[in-house]
Amino acid sequence: MKQTGRIDGSEERLRGLLMRGLAGERAAYHEFLRELSAHLRSFLRKRLVRLPDEVEDLVQEALLAVHNQRHTYDPAQPLTAWVYAIAKYKLVDLLRRRQRRDLLTDPLDDETEVLASSYHEAAEARRDVGKLLDQLPDRQRLPIVHVKLEGLSVAETARVTGLSESAVKVGVHRGLKALAKKIRDGL
Amino acid sequence: MRTDDLVNMLATGSAVVTPNAVARRYTAALGMSALGALLLMGLLLGVRHDLGAAIFLPMFWVKLAFVACLAVASWLATLRLSRPGQQLGRVIGALVAPTLAMWVLAVFVLVQANPAQRAPLFFGDTWTVCPLLIALLSAPGFVAVLWAMKGLAPTRLRLAGATAGLSAGAIGALVYCLHCPELGAPFIGVWYLFGILIPTGLGALIGPRLLRW
Repeated sequence: MKQTGRIDGSEERLRGLLMRGLAGERAAYHEFLRELSAHLRSFLRKRLVRLPDEVEDLVQEALLAVHNQRHTYDPAQPLTAWVYAIAKYKLVDLLRRRQRRDLLTDPLDDETEVLASSYHEAAEARRDVGKLLDQLPDRQRLPIVHVKLEGLSVAETARVTGLSESAVKVGVHRGLKALAKKIRDGL
Repeated sequence: MRTDDLVNMLATGSAVVTPNAVARRYTAALGMSALGALLLMGLLLGVRHDLGAAIFLPMFWVKLAFVACLAVASWLATLRLSRPGQQLGRVIGALVAPTLAMWVLAVFVLVQANPAQRAPLFFGDTWTVCPLLIALLSAPGFVAVLWAMKGLAPTRLRLAGATAGLSAGAIGALVYCLHCPELGAPFIGVWYLFGILIPTGLGALIGPRLLRW
C-alpha cells in the first residue's frame, strides 16, 4: 500500500514537472529530467544485472529519447506508461544489437559477465556523447553547442553563426535526433 | 559526457513543443493520402460513368461505409501505435467488426444466390485488377503515413508499419469506390480487403527497419 502511494506520488510529481517544462518552464524541465534519470537508472540496473557497464550509457540514451520524443506524450496518458514504454524499447533495442554483435564474438563472455555483475558503483558512461556531438555537421553542431551547452538564445546563436533563427531551431532539433542515431548505430 | 551534463544540455534552450504535434502530423498525412489517391484516380482511372445512378443503390453505401469504418479504425490504430505506452484495446474490435459484418453479408448473399450466379458474385468482372488498383491508389498515402510515423515514436515497429499500410490502403480503397463498378458483398469482402492488405503487408515488412528511433 505504501509502495503504491510512493509510485503514484512520483507519477503525479514528474508529470507536473513535465507539463510545466513543455509549457516553457526551464527549471521544471531540468528537474523533470534529473529525477527521471534516477528512476531510469534504477529501472535499468535491475534489468541489466549481467551488463552493468551498459547501464549509464542506456540511461543517457533513454533520456535523449524522452527529450526527442516529448511531443508524443499525451497529457491524458499516465506518464509512467509512456516512460516505461520508451525505456523498454531502448532496452530491447540494446539487447538485440548486442545479441547480433555477440554472435561474432567469444562465447566465453558469459563467464566474465558473472563476475562483472558484482560491480556496485554507478559507472561512468563509457560512450562519450560529447565526442559524438563533435562528429555532427556544423549546421547541427553549432546550434547545439551555442544554444544547449553555452546557453545562448536562438537569436544570439543566429548572430554568432550567421544562420537564420529557424535554421538554428531546426539544427538543434535535427542535431539531437542525429545524435540519437549515432548512439544507436555506434554499438 | 556525464549524465548530469547531458540533463543540463537537454534542459537548456527551449523544451516547448507545438501542442497536438501528433494530430497535426497525421492530419497532414491524411490530406496527402486522400489528395494523392484522388489525383491518381483522376489521371489514370476516372470515376465510374454511372456514379450518378450508383448513389441510389443501397449496396454502394454499404460498401462505402465498410471501407470508411476500416479507414477510421485503422487511423485510430496508427495514432495509438505512434505514442509509446498506448495500447490498441478496443480499436482491434473496430477493425474486426466491419470485416466480419461484410463476410456475414457475403455468405448470406452467396447462399441466397442460385449456384450459377455464385462465381460471378465472387469474382465480379474486375477481380484481377481491383486489389492492384487499390494498392496503387494507396501508394501516396503509404509514403505520407510512414513519413508522419517516422517523426513519432512507435515501439512495436512491425505492427505500427502494418497499421500505417492499412490506413493508406483504406484511403486508397475509399477513393477507389468512386471508380469501381463492383457491388457484390462477396467481391468486396475478399478483393477489396486483399487490396488493402497489400500495403499492410508491405508496411509490416519495412516497418522494423524504417521506423527505428
